[in-house]
Order: sequence, then structure tokens, then C-alpha cells
Amino acid sequence: MRLTALYLFASFSDFQQGRGSVQMPENYVPAFIFIAVALAIPVVTLAIAKAVRPDNPFGTKLMPYECGVDPEGSARGRYTVRFYIVAILFVVFDVETIFLFPWAVQARTLKAFGFIEMMVFLAILIVGYIWIWKKGALEWV
Amino acid sequence: MPGFHRGDYLLALPMMLLTLFALGVLLIDLLLDRSSKVINAWAAFAGLAFSAAAVHNIQRAFADQAARGEPSSPFFAFSGTLMVDRFAVFFFYLFLAAAAITILMSVRYLEVEDEHHGEYYALILFSVVGMMCMAAGNDLILLFIGLELMAVSTYILVGFLRRDRRSNEAALKYLLLGAFSSGIFAYGLSLLYGLAGSTNLQQISMALGNAMAPGKARVVPAVALVTTAAGLFFKIAAVPFHQWAPDAYEGAPTSITGFMSVAGKASAWALLLRIFLFALGPMRPLYVPILVFVAIATMTGGNLAALTQSNVKRLFAYSSIAHVGYIMLGLIAGTAFLPNPDGIRGILVYLLVYTFMNLGVFGVIASLRRRDIIGDELDDLNGLFFKAPTEAVLMLTFLLSLAGIPPLAGFYGKYFIFLALIESGHYALATLAVIYVAVSAYYYLRVANAMFMRTAGDRVPVTISPGMWAGLAITGAATVVIGIYPEPFLRMVNWSMHVAQNPTVAQLLR
Amino acid sequence: MTVPLSYYLVLSAILFSLGVLAFVVKRNIITVFMSIELMLNAVNLSFVSFAAHWHRLSGQIFVFFVMVVAAAEAAVGLAIIIAVFRTRETLNIDRVNLLKL
Repeated sequence: MRLTALYLFASFSDFQQGRGSVQMPENYVPAFIFIAVALAIPVVTLAIAKAVRPDNPFGTKLMPYECGVDPEGSARGRYTVRFYIVAILFVVFDVETIFLFPWAVQARTLKAFGFIEMMVFLAILIVGYIWIWKKGALEWV
Repeated sequence: MPGFHRGDYLLALPMMLLTLFALGVLLIDLLLDRSSKVINAWAAFAGLAFSAAAVHNIQRAFADQAARGEPSSPFFAFSGTLMVDRFAVFFFYLFLAAAAITILMSVRYLEVEDEHHGEYYALILFSVVGMMCMAAGNDLILLFIGLELMAVSTYILVGFLRRDRRSNEAALKYLLLGAFSSGIFAYGLSLLYGLAGSTNLQQISMALGNAMAPGKARVVPAVALVTTAAGLFFKIAAVPFHQWAPDAYEGAPTSITGFMSVAGKASAWALLLRIFLFALGPMRPLYVPILVFVAIATMTGGNLAALTQSNVKRLFAYSSIAHVGYIMLGLIAGTAFLPNPDGIRGILVYLLVYTFMNLGVFGVIASLRRRDIIGDELDDLNGLFFKAPTEAVLMLTFLLSLAGIPPLAGFYGKYFIFLALIESGHYALATLAVIYVAVSAYYYLRVANAMFMRTAGDRVPVTISPGMWAGLAITGAATVVIGIYPEPFLRMVNWSMHVAQNPTVAQLLR
Repeated sequence: MTVPLSYYLVLSAILFSLGVLAFVVKRNIITVFMSIELMLNAVNLSFVSFAAHWHRLSGQIFVFFVMVVAAAEAAVGLAIIIAVFRTRETLNIDRVNLLKL
């Protein structure tokens, strides 16, 4: 396994034409510091809290908190399938915006041509929207 | 300014028209009540006709090119991402014909299944758009998008009988394995992109030519080749990547099984030929051994598994896997130029005749579907000759053609491929293939035996709708006519093989 | 850029292999689906690192399309999973076995 990894590594490093030895990536030092701080803050806070707080657990206190009402049933119950349909629609329509961002950045250079192409794209999307609307997928129950 | 020209849109017009009609079908369907869903079929049919007219327009441009005495060269559009050459035009016609016949055969079947929705036709049109992108793509991005558009539409179509447990299950298996293979394929594409620094097929071909120069490490090109090829073998259902095909074929609505097995397969082959001939050309010494292994495994696995099937749809799924093995022999025999063009010509002829004969088979199976009977067990065919003699004779024609009996169309597909194999010196492979053709005759005749020699289990007459009659007539006529008078069709294939008269393209393809 | 390209490629290869492994090993359909997403994300990583290496944008554009395709596949996949669940009440892949393998 390790040999395979090394072999892959060696073959991929063919792409590194004429580069020197591998060194510590200095650009990433701020990122490492950031990660360290981000990890340290919760760990330190929790540790201090644990050290100073009084410890007195009892049944009612350990119950899940649901706005003060006693919890009903298990938290791992099934959701209605409606949630899934909304999630599916969200996945599709959410990702379509990925095409809008590059166009938005370059809208000035692309001018009318880009605008028309984008409107065609949106028109196709709107046909899909009308279709799911009329099919009743957006209605609750 | 990335200005596109009017010519670009003319080349994309077949796809644009199909998209428009598909969207139109989706919207019109919302206004139709349950009894008038057949209008959707007509609208989809009109879309296919308009698209065919647009393809004809492109074909005329090639004729003009020839009339001016210029060597045939492909038309590029959208900054070289879309390459419409004669090869692509051939496949455009093939997809449109397959979709049209499928729609003819579907209307009645969907009514029986009680799932007659407009989305069915819209999805067929969308998948044809995807197939066209696969046949005419000259850029990894367009090829991948085309593949996925075709695949995602087909996943839904396979699961179209949403209350049927078998259809659901088939769709799920097809989707999981299809998405898995797309992932592998995409990984291969990413490595190809990394080697070339471009998504353009010609640039990749040139970069691979350099990478294959003696004395260079070939690990990354080899990994790229293996992953790309594995993804493509999944799509054409070659052994050992075939497991999804029998399940998907058995569970899918029968009309869709027919559509997948011809149009889906032809488009996967178009994509495979694009990638293997146009991009991976310099790696031919590496991929031919892989192809030989896969072709032998595919012929063996497909033919032997088909021998014992009791479900007709499953039987023809394995038979179609075996046919993939034969077609693959064409690619082993030669590229479009070296050592001889007969291999690729054989593949095109094979795909052409296979489209008609296999659609015919699944049309007959679909027509057996009634309210109380699924009609896809071998026993359901018992005594068909006594109930519907014309249909039984048509089925026999398709079966004999699939087995490659000489006066029928299927013979020519095998003839050209085996000829090319012998010309290029692959005697052992050719012998093996002929042996497997003989084996395949056994299971085709088993089906014929059930139709002609056994007595029917019931006396309920088989009712065949006018659309189904039209579909069966077209496929039957094509199977017989191509067999008896193949010249115009061979001329058409030769015409589409003229991609390469242009010396610069020929250079790249070498 | 001081992190060499090969690091990204090895990471991408590892992610991809993990995706393939999970696809083969896992039994829950949703998890199998997530492993496919992992494979596609490995592809994306590979594409963006090559795009950065070659200073060309086409790799990044490919990533956009892979993401959209993955979303479309996920949507269709979830829909089919719901249909399967409605007719069978299970998401264990071994119990979806009406068609013999």
C-alpha cells in the first residue's frame, strides 16, 4: 500500500518540471496558526468551565431542551417525505447559481451577447420551475 | 469578445430544436387531460422531424463542400468545442431514427402501464440532445455534459413505472453504477486534462503523442487510459463492467429497454470512438491489448449467460452485451486509417443494422404487455405464431438477423467486422467470434422455438396498435432491405467515414 | 505556490480511492451515494490543481459542470431512492434484490 502510494507520488511528480526540492509551504503558516487558535479557544474554554463549575447532574436537567416542554418521542423519528422533495428541488436550483456567478463577474465584457445567453439559460430554468409549480411539488401537504 | 457566429448556431440547431420541443412538451403536458396525452407523442415526433431537417441542412453543407472540390473537413463551432463532421451526422440520423421508432412503439405501451405522461417524451428528446453532444463533441466538457444528459434522462426513464418495484430497483441499480462509472470516467478525463493542459481532443492527442515518446514515464498516461476506458466500458456494458445491464434492461419499461439498447449503446460507442480515435490515438499500442481482453470476456460472458435465461428481456440484455463484444472487434481491427478502415466501417454498419433489429425485438415484446400479463417471460411467447402470425414472422426475422444469417441485415455488420479482423491478421479472434455467433444462434432459436413449436397458454388475442405496427413495419423493412440491397446504406456509411480526407485531420488521427 | 502539484494529485487519488472503496463496501444506499460524491470531488480537486498548474481556466470550468452534474444526479438519485423506499420500506442495498444479479 505504502509502496503504491510512493509510486503514485513519484509518477505524479513528473508534472513538477524543473522545480527545486520540496520545502515547507510558508504561505500556509498563517492558516496553520489560524487552525491552532480555532482549536485552542473551545478546548481552553471548556477546560476552564469544567474546572470551576459546580457539578450536580439530575434527571430533569439532563433532558433534551425543547422550549421548556417535555420532549415527545424519539429524536430519530422519520420525517415526512415532503422534506425530501423540497431538499431535492433546493439541490438543483441552488447549484444552478454556479453559472450565474462567473457571468456576473464578466457581465461588462460579455455585454449583450452574455446577457442573451444567460437569459436563455434562465428561461430553461423557469420552464422547469413552472413545471414543478404546476405539478404541485411546492405545495405543503 | 467571444463572439459566436451564425454558423455556430446552425450547427447546434438540431440540438437546440430538440431542447425547445422537449420544453414545449413539458409545458403542453400541463394543459392536457389524461385522454389526450397522445398529443405529446406527436409534438415529440415533430421535434425529431425538425431536428432531422436541421441535420439534413448540415449534410447539404458537406455536399456543397464536395461540389466545390474541397476535401471533406469538419465544421467547428463554439470555439472548437463542437465538431460536426460526417461521422457525427451519421450518428445524428441514427439517434433521431431510434427515438422516432421508440415513440411510435411507446404510446400504447404506456397506456397499458397507466403511466402515460408527457415527461416521458420530453426525457427521450433530452437524452437525444445528450447523445448528439456525445457524437459531435470535440471537447471533454461537452462530451461529459452530453454523456450525463443522456445518462440522467435514461435513469429517470428506466424508473418511469414508479409504482412498479422492478422498475424502481432497476433505476436505482442503473443510477448507482452509472454515476459510479461517470466518476471513474471523469477522473480519467481530469488526468487527460492534466497531461495536455487543455480539454480539446486534438490538443490531448498531441500531448499524448509527446508523452508516449520513448524513454518517458508512462504511469500517468496509463492511469488516465485505464480509468477513461473503464468508464466507457461501463457505458457500453462490456464485461467485466456489465452487471447493470441485465437488471436495468429487465426492470425498465420495455420501450425504454429498446431505446437504451440501441440509441444509448450507439451514443456510448460514438463517445468511445471519439475518445479512442481522436484523443487516445497515440496510445493505441497500449489500449489494443485491453480491448482484446475485454472483447473476449464480453463475447464469452454475454453469450454464455444468455443461454440459460428464462426472461426474454434479460436474454436480450445478455445478447446485446455479446453484440458489444463483436463491435469491439472492429476497433481492434483498425482505426479509421491504420492499418485499415474496415474495422470502423464495420462498427458503423453494425450499429446501423443493430438499431433496427433490436428495436424490432423489443417492440414485439412490448406489444405482448397486457393488463394482467407482463409478457417478458419466455413462456409468454409460446404459440405467438398461432395468435399473431405476422408479428411472429417479424420476430423471427429480427432473431435471424441478430444471429447474422446471410440474407438479413445483421449479416453485414458481422461480415465487415470479421473481414477487417482477418485483413489485419487477427485470425484467432475471428475464429472465436464465429464460434460465439454459432452459440448465439442457439438462444435465438430457443425464442423462435417457443413462438412456433409450443402451444399458447391462453387464447387472448394480441392487440397491436397502429403506432406499434408502424414501428414494426419500419424496423422489419429495414432489416430485410439492408440485407437484400445494402448498397445505399453502405454508401451512407462510406460517406460518413470521409472525415479524414482532410490531411490535417488525418494527421491528428494517425 | 509552494505546495507542489503532486501533493494535490496524491490527495485527489486517495480521496478517489476512498470513494471507490466506500462504494464497494457500504450497504446503505444514501452512504453509497455519498461515496460517489466523494469520487466526483476528488475529480474536482484534480481538475482545479491542474488548472492552477497550467494557468488555464478550462479545468475550473469543467469543475462547475461536474458540480452541476453531481447535483442533478443527486436530485434524480434521491427521487429514485424515495420511490424505492415507498415500494419497499428499506434502504439496505442487499434487500433491494428482486432482479437477480
